[in-house]
Amino acid sequence: MPSIPGSEAYSSDKEKSMAELLKVENLKTQFHTEGGVVKAVDGISYHIDEREIIGLVGESGCGKSVSQLSVMQLISTPGEIVGGEVIFEGQDLLKYKTHGPEMRSVRGAKIAMIFQEPMTSLNPVLTINQQLTEMLELHLGMSKKVARERAIELLGMVGIPSAHNRIDDYPHQFSGGMRQRVMIAMALSCSPKILIADEPTTALDVTTQAQLLELMKDMVERFKASLVIVTHNLGVVARYAQRIYIMYAGRIVEEGTIKDIFGKPRHPYTIGLLKCIPRLDEEEGRKLVPIEGLPPNLINMPPTCAFLPRCSYKVERCFQEPWPPLKRLHDRHYISCYANTEEKTGEPTER
Amino acid sequence: MNPLKDEAILDVRDLKMYFPVTRGLLRRKVADVKAVDGVTFKIRRGETLGLVGESGCGKTTIGRCVLRLYQPTSGSIFFEGEELSSLSESKMRRIRCNMALIFQDPYSSLDPRQSAGSIVGEPLKVHNWVGSQSEYNDRVEQLFRLVGLDSSMTDRFPHEFSGGQRQRIGVARALACEPSLIVCDEPISALDVSIQAQIINLLEELQAGIKGLTYLFIAHDLSVVKHISDRVAVMYLGHIVEITKSRTLYENPLHPYTKSLLSAVPIADPFVEEKRERIILKGEVPTPLNPPSGCSFHPRCFMATPECSQAVPPLRDVGAGHQVACIRV
Repeated sequence: MPSIPGSEAYSSDKEKSMAELLKVENLKTQFHTEGGVVKAVDGISYHIDEREIIGLVGESGCGKSVSQLSVMQLISTPGEIVGGEVIFEGQDLLKYKTHGPEMRSVRGAKIAMIFQEPMTSLNPVLTINQQLTEMLELHLGMSKKVARERAIELLGMVGIPSAHNRIDDYPHQFSGGMRQRVMIAMALSCSPKILIADEPTTALDVTTQAQLLELMKDMVERFKASLVIVTHNLGVVARYAQRIYIMYAGRIVEEGTIKDIFGKPRHPYTIGLLKCIPRLDEEEGRKLVPIEGLPPNLINMPPTCAFLPRCSYKVERCFQEPWPPLKRLHDRHYISCYANTEEKTGEPTER
Repeated sequence: MNPLKDEAILDVRDLKMYFPVTRGLLRRKVADVKAVDGVTFKIRRGETLGLVGESGCGKTTIGRCVLRLYQPTSGSIFFEGEELSSLSESKMRRIRCNMALIFQDPYSSLDPRQSAGSIVGEPLKVHNWVGSQSEYNDRVEQLFRLVGLDSSMTDRFPHEFSGGQRQRIGVARALACEPSLIVCDEPISALDVSIQAQIINLLEELQAGIKGLTYLFIAHDLSVVKHISDRVAVMYLGHIVEITKSRTLYENPLHPYTKSLLSAVPIADPFVEEKRERIILKGEVPTPLNPPSGCSFHPRCFMATPECSQAVPPLRDVGAGHQVACIRV
């Protein structure tokens, strides 16, 4: 892996030939329920480069969180990773045993995760010190004293005032935003290569959201890490990500740079999403165009495209052939669709 | 008769709602949580007023005071010319027929053991709105169609519906007695993105179709509030800091809190995002138990001067119905 000069500023739009850090190939995760097999993640492939910020966007139940939990091997019964590869630093993580030492040395240390609910993902009966130093002692072999010093430093870095006084507090003594800061400090404690933020700010207030997203962006720059933002909020990815994957019913339906996706969205679902959200800068009297129907039930999915019942671009071929594979439109823009969506795309326009 | 009757359907004046904090065996009152601390606004008939702010700013409390689910500490609320806070329970019950509430969570706000039809029809029975059983059935079916549900679904139970459909049931229940005011308390924040637009459009269509239907739309999502509202009131820690037409809100926000709130909401368009100014506020919303002196926003404000901590700035008119509570603008 090439060494990265620390002083180099992070540019968001330049396509740099950065080394690929993580490559996920055809990942499949299923849940065995009484009602049948839920194909939560049904063959997704994506990659993340060094020091890149990517967004994984979709509605609830589209498999965006499960795919990330699969990468971390945090899927427990009745869930099962049934196929695919997760290549990280040349090794397939899925070949490692879930509780084996190899996976443990990756999980939390090289790939760290920030969860949605800061209230439930911290242990209420342990102090912040106990929870933060555990990782440092385990992964980095620090002594208790050194780990405590480092933990205080980390808390200060994520903006917790008078960290040395607050380190022995319990999670309930922190507000929601502060707890999420603790979570960020914890995730960064072993200087991970990849930070996965799973709906990191959904449970928080708007201004706190903005604070934390800025903090996360600054921190991944400082730690020279990559960031995966898992969210349903298109605005958040438009502001922070460089590339986006749009997921629907366990698959990636469109991928591209933010300018591809927001400037020239091509998958009917992406087009629909952009037309159905209100925007702050919209013209007065703009009508929202909802996507009709409901997201599909992931049990007993038809072999055809899962978006077909809600699609307004459907063509004959959609009914006859299985879900289309991702096809390249140009450069880094891919869609999984048979229809020609180019002409009807009116919004949003480049300005 | 109140002279405002024709103009404003709802006229809230200097509303205060304090919740006592008690301690000890004797439940001695030790402090007040000033959830709403002197709020004044009007809603015209047929208008939608959006109430936006972060959690704990008192927006839901205002909604509940308007329906008198809370007895306000002080201040007055005129609804269709009648002062609500002094009314007896029985008179209030009669007036509640004209006001309804749509709740945030479509999962917990519907009784799981009641059929969808009887949930929607219950207000009709409570307010003796219908004369006969057949009238009742007709009205329930009519309401189902009105909100875009199949009238054959009346016998189903809430768990058989999706989130969006449940919220439609909630809307149908609110519409049952033809209310003139509906308080919508975060009606879409529990729904998926692609479903939210369906409910927003439904609320807009209903307002276009039913003459004089007025919404008090409470939400934390600024872009949704701006989309649906004619005017928007921005709240911070129990105070309204700015009221303006929703168009001017984005184009010309005056209060520093409104500015930072707007800049905190990302727009789903990288071409716009590149050029936007970002104001990242310091700190967090203080507790309403012990709010800062003077303007409650001054500790986080990027425009604050020492005078800001002296007195609570009043909401003053800056022209064209634009009101702002800040001494620096």
